[in-house]
Amino acid sequence: MSTTAVIPHSQAESWTLPSRGMVGMACLIVAESAIFIIFVVAYVFYLGKSLTGPTPRDVLHLPIFISICLFSSSYTVHRAVSALEHGKRRACTVWLTLTVLLGGIFIAGTAREWHELIYREGLTIKTNLFGTTFYSLVGLHASHVLIGLVMLSLALLFSVRGQLTSRHTERLEVLSLYWHFVDAVWVVVFLVVYVFGK
Amino acid sequence: MATQTPTTAVLDQASAQGQRPLWLETVQDWVTTVDHKKIGIMYICYALIFLVVAGFEALLMRIQLAIPNNTFVSPQTFNRLFTMHGTTMVFFVGMPILFGFGNYLVPLMIGARDMAFPRLNAFSFWISAFGGLLLYFSYLGGDGLYGMGGAPDVGWFAYAPLTERVFSPGHSTDYWTLSILLSGIGSIGTALNIVATTISMRCPGMKLNRMPLLVWLYLVVSLMAFVVVSPLTAAQIMLMLDRYAGSHFFDTQAGGSAVLWMHFFWIFGHPEVYILVLPAFAFANEIIPVFSRKAIFGYPAMVAATVGIGFISLSVWAHHMFTVGMGAWANTFFTFATMVISVPTGIKIFNWLATLWGGRIHFTVSMMFAVGFLFQFLIAGLTGIMLSVAPFDWQLGNSYFVVAHFHYVLVGAILFMIFSAFYYWYPKMTGRMLSEKIGKWHFWLFLIGFHLTFDLMHVPGLLGMPRRVYTYEADRGWAILNMLVSSGAIFQAVASLLFVSNLVYSYFKGAIAGADPWDAWSLEWSTTSPPPPYNFAVIPTVGSRRPLWDLKHPEDPDSNYEM
Repeated sequence: MSTTAVIPHSQAESWTLPSRGMVGMACLIVAESAIFIIFVVAYVFYLGKSLTGPTPRDVLHLPIFISICLFSSSYTVHRAVSALEHGKRRACTVWLTLTVLLGGIFIAGTAREWHELIYREGLTIKTNLFGTTFYSLVGLHASHVLIGLVMLSLALLFSVRGQLTSRHTERLEVLSLYWHFVDAVWVVVFLVVYVFGK
Repeated sequence: MATQTPTTAVLDQASAQGQRPLWLETVQDWVTTVDHKKIGIMYICYALIFLVVAGFEALLMRIQLAIPNNTFVSPQTFNRLFTMHGTTMVFFVGMPILFGFGNYLVPLMIGARDMAFPRLNAFSFWISAFGGLLLYFSYLGGDGLYGMGGAPDVGWFAYAPLTERVFSPGHSTDYWTLSILLSGIGSIGTALNIVATTISMRCPGMKLNRMPLLVWLYLVVSLMAFVVVSPLTAAQIMLMLDRYAGSHFFDTQAGGSAVLWMHFFWIFGHPEVYILVLPAFAFANEIIPVFSRKAIFGYPAMVAATVGIGFISLSVWAHHMFTVGMGAWANTFFTFATMVISVPTGIKIFNWLATLWGGRIHFTVSMMFAVGFLFQFLIAGLTGIMLSVAPFDWQLGNSYFVVAHFHYVLVGAILFMIFSAFYYWYPKMTGRMLSEKIGKWHFWLFLIGFHLTFDLMHVPGLLGMPRRVYTYEADRGWAILNMLVSSGAIFQAVASLLFVSNLVYSYFKGAIAGADPWDAWSLEWSTTSPPPPYNFAVIPTVGSRRPLWDLKHPEDPDSNYEM
């Protein structure tokens, strides 16, 4: 028996497997979801158990505008991917710009909300259990939005410089998968914190 | 084939003719490598170093407990010893050694040239290694402002609110948290890599139902790691926020809950045991058939049982919390779930027995360890069922019975199977056989030491000896038992030294192994030992579950019998 690779290479039927990028991102999403679930559980578990005020009902307002912005950005990033796939690089740049803009509005809105909560309502992470769980859960989501924005901005930069071609569709698709996940998490956070938790 | 062999020869000649590299070049080669085999070996060596360190900590504890009213170590040191022993063994021995073997074997077994994300692989290794160093740096840096010095002393499950800043000032707990956070990131990275490799990198013909069972089990383990390690990461983030940002997650003074930490920790903690034991099953699935000279019995049942364990293990965590007082319904549920998980586990044991049945069994050292594993894992499972009964657990929770039970799993099952895996795959990794003679000494000494220590350890537990006490009075009737338990530890230490010397000795003097010393059937044995950096000169194509059998027996290929 020869000592090298001895399995003969026969002419097999076509052999295609899922893209490793998409599989990897799907795995990351599962792991991240588990982290978010733990923070959501902590939020729900401590609802109404704060020993002092302020309570969610006192200080929280529905962030409808920025939520619409974030949800729309899922659509725009999807358009960016399909534009790139069809080789429309100009359109891809436009859709990416829109995505970054909408994500930016969301982050700015969260920043404004936090500023008001801290300086007007006097709610910090140290104040009570509501502050603890609110800032950690919303902050965890916001940090994911920030990471997504950095990545999207990089993609935009490459797109503007004409370096993003249809060869890179799959990579942009992987990134868009992450962005959809960030959006989906916001659906849960929005419902738990601002709708049912109030 | 005749046209393929020269290709390899030419490629290998290039490296063979080069001069011997300078040692600094060798170091640079290993530090910057993204080769899954080198990373796998680094994982294994790093785990072995920590195995020796944490084993030494266990020895110190056994010396302290050997006689009543001993003053060999102080109570403070004892607290640090059991914390460091537990944390090290789980996070810096168990996890890296399983990922080490996974890294090495999974791509070879599915006919791939590397993992799906080689650089992520290197990153995961180095961040885990850094976590381990951070944990041990606490011996130097843990002092903090209050001179509360030294290593973490909060226990390996670090119950709140002891870990809050008020009760654990200084930095030792921070080192504990950070090191686990980092090792968790590394674990997720490697798990992600294994899943992506298994799904996207299989060679032509390697359908899911033809994958070696080892690869199947690693797939399940990695999927479990996502949903199991991540909650721990989340809990560590909360603990860090509590300690540094002044939040109140586990601060009972501000309404925080200590029980919530318990839930978060054990949601990780119990499935973690299955993450550690499934790779041991994976090794058994490869080793037992080869040394029984039979194909594995019940391949689909094995896969189904593994997936079943994966799911059920997510619903048993609170059996660690029966003594907390969760109420009758919760106790009933977790008792039931814990008992149910023994069903798929039992299926596995029966399948291994059926594989042995009627086989031509070869008692190599590897097989001896595997048979030891079968018996000991059965006993460990039986004491597990005893402890799953809530009222029984109320009596024996936090006693040495529990310690004996889980060491029976971790040492009697997992460590035995890891030893078995060493004897089986060492020839592939180094090109040389481990000495069977030293190996037999290693096996028998370790077996005697193991049973002396961990069989007898059940008894002081039944007699009421609580875990984590640094000493005990002479009139309790535990003294002679503890002395015997400690003397067993010495047998194990000597056996482990033999094992390490065998690893070193055989690396230089062992018999040359050749590509396929065991006459095995999976793809890693089709390439040279050690394999070239590219694994396979030509990507193989497989037609059944035992591709090498097909090759050696073209008149009677496995594919004839598979659906």
